[in-house]
Amino acid sequence: MNDDNSFWSWEHASAVLPDLLLKFFTVTLVVTIIGSIIAAILGLVIALGRRSAPRPFSAAITLVMNFIRMTPLVVQLLFAYYVFNTVPPLVLGTVIIGIHYATYMAEVYRAGIDAVPPGQWEATTALSMSPARTWTAVIIPQALRSTLPALANYVISMFKDTPFLMVITVTEMVREAQLYGGKNFRYVEAIILAGLIYLIASYLSSLLARRLEKKLEYTTA
Amino acid sequence: MNTPPLDTHTGAIALDDGDVPAIRFDRVEKRFGDHVVLHDLDFTVRRGDRVTLIGPSGSGKTTILRLVMTLEEANAGYVYIDGKPLTHFPRDGKRVELKEKHKNEMRKRIGMVFQQFNLFPNMTVIENIIEAPVHVLGMSKQDALVRGRALLEKVGLPDKENAHPTQLSGGQQQRVAIARALAMEPEILLLDEVTSALDPEVVGEVLNILRDVARETDVTMLIVTHEMQFARDVSNRVLMFDSGRIVEEGSPEDIFRNPQEQRTRDFLSAVL
Repeated sequence: MNDDNSFWSWEHASAVLPDLLLKFFTVTLVVTIIGSIIAAILGLVIALGRRSAPRPFSAAITLVMNFIRMTPLVVQLLFAYYVFNTVPPLVLGTVIIGIHYATYMAEVYRAGIDAVPPGQWEATTALSMSPARTWTAVIIPQALRSTLPALANYVISMFKDTPFLMVITVTEMVREAQLYGGKNFRYVEAIILAGLIYLIASYLSSLLARRLEKKLEYTTA
Repeated sequence: MNTPPLDTHTGAIALDDGDVPAIRFDRVEKRFGDHVVLHDLDFTVRRGDRVTLIGPSGSGKTTILRLVMTLEEANAGYVYIDGKPLTHFPRDGKRVELKEKHKNEMRKRIGMVFQQFNLFPNMTVIENIIEAPVHVLGMSKQDALVRGRALLEKVGLPDKENAHPTQLSGGQQQRVAIARALAMEPEILLLDEVTSALDPEVVGEVLNILRDVARETDVTMLIVTHEMQFARDVSNRVLMFDSGRIVEEGSPEDIFRNPQEQRTRDFLSAVL
């Protein structure tokens, strides 16, 4: 590791890569997956709550939702970090990023639910189906299908927002790259590699999302 | 106020032979904004009757079916099914709304086939058919499947059980929709322009199935259609509507062969 003047050093690259991959799989990916699950479920709850809950309740949901959407994720992370200072930062960060994206996913679900044709609702009435069955057997499956591409986009967005967790001391992949740079005075390899890992992972997830979408098409199911 | 008393004043009004009508409209008014679709509408349908509603579009025929199916709510007046109020009943001169639970019990007696089929695209054909028998009537899945398959046989699609609605032609979809409605064994079947969205060459197959249903069951039918030959074949009563009022009513023979009203004659000469 002596050629410190060159732009790129393979030695540094190969030295940092295992650490980056480790953090990628143990932090970045875990936060994204659990955060997405929180966002997908909570987003659906928010969408249904705004639609079906009594007026004051749904208005409150809307207010909180707008508040979250109109402030930066970093501010929310820092706020939660100082308020809930007993919660491990990794857990807190995952929950906050999940809640943050839930507010976006709620809008996607709303659009998806609105896109279900009125005739579908009428058919459930004509068959005396219960509201619960109407939602779970007819409306949500159809809404999900049309919302899947947009939901997948938000998952990829969330994935790319996970480095913000470093502001509350979570060492995820990008922070790991930065730490390596600081220790060895070599930032370029670590940061470029971190970026490349993101690029490859995002690309693979978008391929996966497209396949899932195809699978959900009614004719091929 | 869960189960209101059988309203002896209007609801359970007996016909000449003491029978309780399957459907009774009592001074029903329906408005959409300022537009009055149905004016003070009174009519009764006997059990087992096949009544066709005819008239120019916008005359309120489909609205009547939608009121019976509780897809719309009347602004005034009362609808009774088997002598029981459907969604509202009169008490001390006030119009009192019934609980959702009561409405749902009433709905179970009624089936509807729509112009646009409205099959659930996320389910297979057989899943569409057994959905309500299993989850609404509480039938076992096994029994529902047996009956569902028999119905598919009846509508001539025994091999389409596992197809998805999007893989079927319009005529096939409508036949599945008929099977789905019949699977609930309704007392009243509402047919809302069931052939209007179909290609002309498949209209016949759908109507033939409905002719069979009319012949083989005693289900009460309320039919809105532009197929006058079908109306003639299936119905025993025809109501001619115009601008939300009944202009003329009678047997198909009377209405089609010998209409009394000018508006009926004008309408028939336009469609026949």
